[in-house]
Order: sequence, then structure tokens, then C-alpha cells
Amino acid sequence: MLTAVSLAILITMGLALARALMGPTVYDRIAAINMFGTKTVLLIAVFAFLSGRMDLLDIALVYALINFIGVVAVLKLVIYGDFHSSGKDNTKPVKVD
Amino acid sequence: MIDVFINITLLAFLAITAVAIVRMTNLFAIIMLFGIFSFLSAGLFVVMDAADVAFTEAAVGAGISTVLMLATIALTKDQNEKQSASHRPWLPLAVVIMTGAALVYGTLDIPVFGDPDAPAQTHVAPYYLERAVPETGVPNVVTSVLASYRGFDTLGEVVVVFTAGIAVLLLIGGRRPKSSRKKKEREGNDA
Repeated sequence: MLTAVSLAILITMGLALARALMGPTVYDRIAAINMFGTKTVLLIAVFAFLSGRMDLLDIALVYALINFIGVVAVLKLVIYGDFHSSGKDNTKPVKVD
Repeated sequence: MIDVFINITLLAFLAITAVAIVRMTNLFAIIMLFGIFSFLSAGLFVVMDAADVAFTEAAVGAGISTVLMLATIALTKDQNEKQSASHRPWLPLAVVIMTGAALVYGTLDIPVFGDPDAPAQTHVAPYYLERAVPETGVPNVVTSVLASYRGFDTLGEVVVVFTAGIAVLLLIGGRRPKSSRKKKEREGNDA
């Protein structure tokens, strides 16, 4: 059961990696890295049950938080070009691709 | 069995990501791949029982350094400067291969991974393994060494990292683009 789950997560990680490698637009890559972070969280959680060490679940939670904050920061940077815009004036998108 | 498979797969993904990072020219995609690389190595650290290292790797590698590098890209111009591939890679390649061979030769003398008779296993490790839990009450021995036995050392490291963070914040925050600075001044005049 857990073996099948971890295999499925690994396959999904491979697909997300492929999208991050090919992804024509910026947002494909951002979605891919977000997906990859989520799959890492899931893999660590499954591995916690697989190896019986429940303290790894805390680490999975921290990864989820880091992933969320990182993606929000990346998106803000892509759209506004800096971290200190308020978000009201959508002025200058950064050219990244 | 399955954790060996997870190890191999994660390591293969790591190698694919590293090769892709080397071969790509789009800096934004490279930074995204750096994030994936950090998540992969953090996952590998977790699978190999080094939870605290994985913690640091995820926080610093996937979290902060991705954002810092993207901020650097936003602050600099000419992101995708094409470099002509006219240089000859043979001398650097030979040097790297020879260094790698020397390092691999050097690893032949060190004890096998997990060898119970290795000096690392017989010298100080038993002390911590026996006394860490009764002396500090921390269930993870590595964490007890970092946070309790070497607490002052860790405190010093935290101070260094904190200082570096302040310096980076000053550098990034100091170079505002003109429009936002003008806006700030206007807001200041209004207030």
C-alpha cells in the first residue's frame, strides 16, 4: 500500500520535473516547482509512515510552509519586480522569458 | 527495499536536474531548477536519517536562496546573455577527472559506510548516544549535540547568519527603483 503510494509520488515528481525542464512559460515552471515541493512533502510524510518515525511529519509541515512562502515570493517578484510593492499598482512586470 | 528505490530515484532526479542546470541558458528556469534541486537533496537527507540537515537545506536552499537569486535577477539587467561556446573544455575536463579520480582513490582507505568498527563509531559517538537523552532530554541525538552540547557554537552561527541576512536586506532594500522612491517621497510629503 505505502509502496504503491510512494511509487505514484515518485512518478508524479518525475512528471513535474519534466514540466520544469520543458515548460515554455514562466508560470509552467512555477507551477512545476510548487508541485514538486508538494510532492516532496507527501513523500516525506509517506516515508515517515514507511519507516515508523513520526517526527518526520513535522519536517513535512515545515516544507509545506516553506514551499508556500517561496512560491508567493516568486510570484510577487515575477509580477511586480520587487518585494515592496503594495500590490495596488500593477506597473512593471519583469521580463523573465 | 522501497527506501532503496526511493534513494535511487531521488538521486537520478538530482542528476537530471544538475545536468539540466548546467545546459540551460534561461536564468529564471535555472533558479526554478535550483529550487527543485534543493527539495530533492532535502528529501534525500530525510531518507538518509539526517532530518536537521534536511530542515536547513529546505529552508535555505529551496526557500531563501531561490528568492534571493530571483531578487538579484530583478535588480540586474541583461538576464539572458548568450555566451559563445568557443572555449575548449578539454583541460578543465582533464583536471576535474583527475581530481575526481584522486578523491575516489582517497575514499578507498576510509571505513565502509556504516562500519561499526569505524573510528567515528567507536570514539565519541557512544558517549553522545548513551548520555544525550538523559543529559539533555532531546530525543534526536544530532539535535542535542547541535543545540545543547555545542549550543554556544550554534549561537555563534546563528549570529553570523543573522548578520548576513541584515546585510542582504540592506543591500536589496537600499536600491529601490526610482518610481517607488518617488512614490515614497510623495507619501512622505502627504504625511
